[in-house]
Amino acid sequence: MSSVEEISNPVVENLEEDGLEEENTVEEAEMEYEGPVKGGYIFYRDRKEWADLEPVPQDDGPNPVVKIAYSEKFTDVFDMFRALLKNDEKSERAFALTAEAIELNAANYTVWHYRRVLLQALDKDLREEMKYITAIIEDQPKNYQVWHHRRMVVEWLNDPSEELQFVAEILSQDAKNYHAWQHRQWVMQEYKLWDGELEYVEELLEEDVRNNSAWNQRHFVISHTSGYSAILEREVQYTLKQIKKAPHNESAWNYLNGILQDGGLSSYPGLLEQVTELQDTCSSPYLTAFLVDLYEDALETNSSSYDQQETLNKALELCKLLAEEKDTIRREYWNYVSRSLQNTYGSGDPVSSSSDPPPPSSSQQPDTEPSDP
Amino acid sequence: MKSSVLCVGYSNKMILHIFLRPTLLREQHYHYLKKGLRHLSDAYECLDASRPWLCYWILHSLELLEEPVPAAVASDVCQFLARCQSPTGGFGGGPSQHAHLAPTYAAVNALCILGTEEAYKVINREKLLDFLYSVKQPDGSFVMHVGGEVDVRSAYCAASVASLTNIITPTLFDGTHNWILSCQNWEGGLGGVPGLEAHGGYTFCGTAALVILGKEHMLDLKALLRWVTSRQMRFEGGFQGRCNKLVDGCYSFWQAGLLPLLHRALFKEGDSTLSMSSWMFERKALQEYILLCCQNPGGGLLDKPGKSRDFYHTCYCLSGLSIAQHFGNKDLHNELILGRDENRLAPTHPVYNICPEKVARAIEHFHRLPVPNKENQHLGNP
Repeated sequence: MSSVEEISNPVVENLEEDGLEEENTVEEAEMEYEGPVKGGYIFYRDRKEWADLEPVPQDDGPNPVVKIAYSEKFTDVFDMFRALLKNDEKSERAFALTAEAIELNAANYTVWHYRRVLLQALDKDLREEMKYITAIIEDQPKNYQVWHHRRMVVEWLNDPSEELQFVAEILSQDAKNYHAWQHRQWVMQEYKLWDGELEYVEELLEEDVRNNSAWNQRHFVISHTSGYSAILEREVQYTLKQIKKAPHNESAWNYLNGILQDGGLSSYPGLLEQVTELQDTCSSPYLTAFLVDLYEDALETNSSSYDQQETLNKALELCKLLAEEKDTIRREYWNYVSRSLQNTYGSGDPVSSSSDPPPPSSSQQPDTEPSDP
Repeated sequence: MKSSVLCVGYSNKMILHIFLRPTLLREQHYHYLKKGLRHLSDAYECLDASRPWLCYWILHSLELLEEPVPAAVASDVCQFLARCQSPTGGFGGGPSQHAHLAPTYAAVNALCILGTEEAYKVINREKLLDFLYSVKQPDGSFVMHVGGEVDVRSAYCAASVASLTNIITPTLFDGTHNWILSCQNWEGGLGGVPGLEAHGGYTFCGTAALVILGKEHMLDLKALLRWVTSRQMRFEGGFQGRCNKLVDGCYSFWQAGLLPLLHRALFKEGDSTLSMSSWMFERKALQEYILLCCQNPGGGLLDKPGKSRDFYHTCYCLSGLSIAQHFGNKDLHNELILGRDENRLAPTHPVYNICPEKVARAIEHFHRLPVPNKENQHLGNP
């Protein structure tokens, strides 16, 4: 099953249909009477090396809510974990248990924190820990805690030497993994490892020119190294080249816009001509929107190279084209842009919102003040 | 694989739309939610450190559906969340877990939805303030928990709980708005930390936090508006989280929810060309996507056709549906309900994502209490 894409979704992939796990089948109920040993696995509560520790059950209260039907193994491990936490035990067996707990729920940040306390208190081999966290991340690459843990270990070792290769490995499986990119950027900034990154980005863009994360990384690298001033022309030409290869790629158009913002789209020599030339072979709503942005910049800077009235008319014409034909999903937005342009640069009657009559007072707008209902 | 699933989903959507008026499966969702509030299968072991979230997702979904929560259940939720509260302040993902800003946000929201004296009293405000100071960083950002990671979610969680419970001191958010602003990138949206790709979830968190702090005008609002409106998918009608990625029902809230925030921000800046009848996205198309593609026939909502239902998607798909249905506020209100009138949900507050009445009630309650005095305990930035 394809995985959940975005890290803002705290739900782990492959969360099965709840309806299927409602009740134990008769067979499952029978199996529970097998006794403490199930296929060789012994619950911690039955292990003699743990006999001194009284498990601490979870205190959900008399009338629990959002009560999870934990497996017996889950309950057993976490009851024992709670016991360790309560006694603040700092031992090898505690350390081993954290790995069990993590395997059952890698999102339990309390367990991870405890593991880090133990790593330091027991002076554990951090190289071994790197191997461990590498394996865990490979298995669960979309979890916050695992990446944060890796970062801590790298910091303690003060050794970033494996990081870029490791992240590249993860990105080879999912080239847009947000955590992976975050870790990569942190490593690069912290340890000043900028060499070869632009080449890496170009490789990724060769593989998938629509990889927006790679375009972002391109911006990141250049911003933090040469800056855009000296190499702007190179970047503009690179981007136009990618646009010609895939005209409907929004990332490339956004990048072109993004890198020219500071200088101003309308001031860049020959840009209007280059983009207009693309209209026949590379037409897209993005090209049209780019022209709107360019014209808007010309109006804003009151550029002498552009006839203001004609530029306004062209911009309005394109907004109308986008709203009514080429980009109708954004109709409300393009109509707003039209009204704004007309209002700011138009001569004549002030424009009010859509076809509604002008409001009697300025208080006719919805108010979403935090304190207001 | 993904594209064929999407094509099937899309053609099913057209078929459903032509032959049936899109219907919100109220009964089914209600039963799914009612059950989940009490019992969850072991598939939810992975959310054992997020149980206040489960409370919030379910309670908010119920309030959007205008289904009442029985007083006994409400009281049980209060008592459970009280067990999740840490002795050092804030809430953890379950009883005896360390405090973390995400379950803290969820717990406070859940308690405000319940809105009883008992619920409000669960929150130890003094300790909550201690907790917020304990995760505050010198650069204005917040870590999610002691010894944890930094990203813009933490600022939103902190701003949300602090504003609702009236514990904002003069120094608590020193530097925070500047840190959030540095997350806005070349795309116009915000990343999780400065330098990262613009992403719907983080953009919502950063923007809503700035609104709470009264600093939203410091964003490049035009660039942000262009970025978020570009995230609505022209075929699917729903929103993507990042440029060139797939649609996902949860972005119905994280992304579409930005439009009310931006509308108000632009209005405050003196913009007289804003629409007086609609947020700046295609409301009908989003409702179509949610109703036709994101509902599980057995109850619950989801990311996209082919995915499993879960309470997170149920919450955010319904929240997005509410945003799309309701424009304005109590004075200037315009409803666009796709399908039957029975599809209408309660309005939601675009900053906190709980119903506006609950926001007002909570703020009114907590503003009668004094801000805890902690300035001498927690030194400000040098």
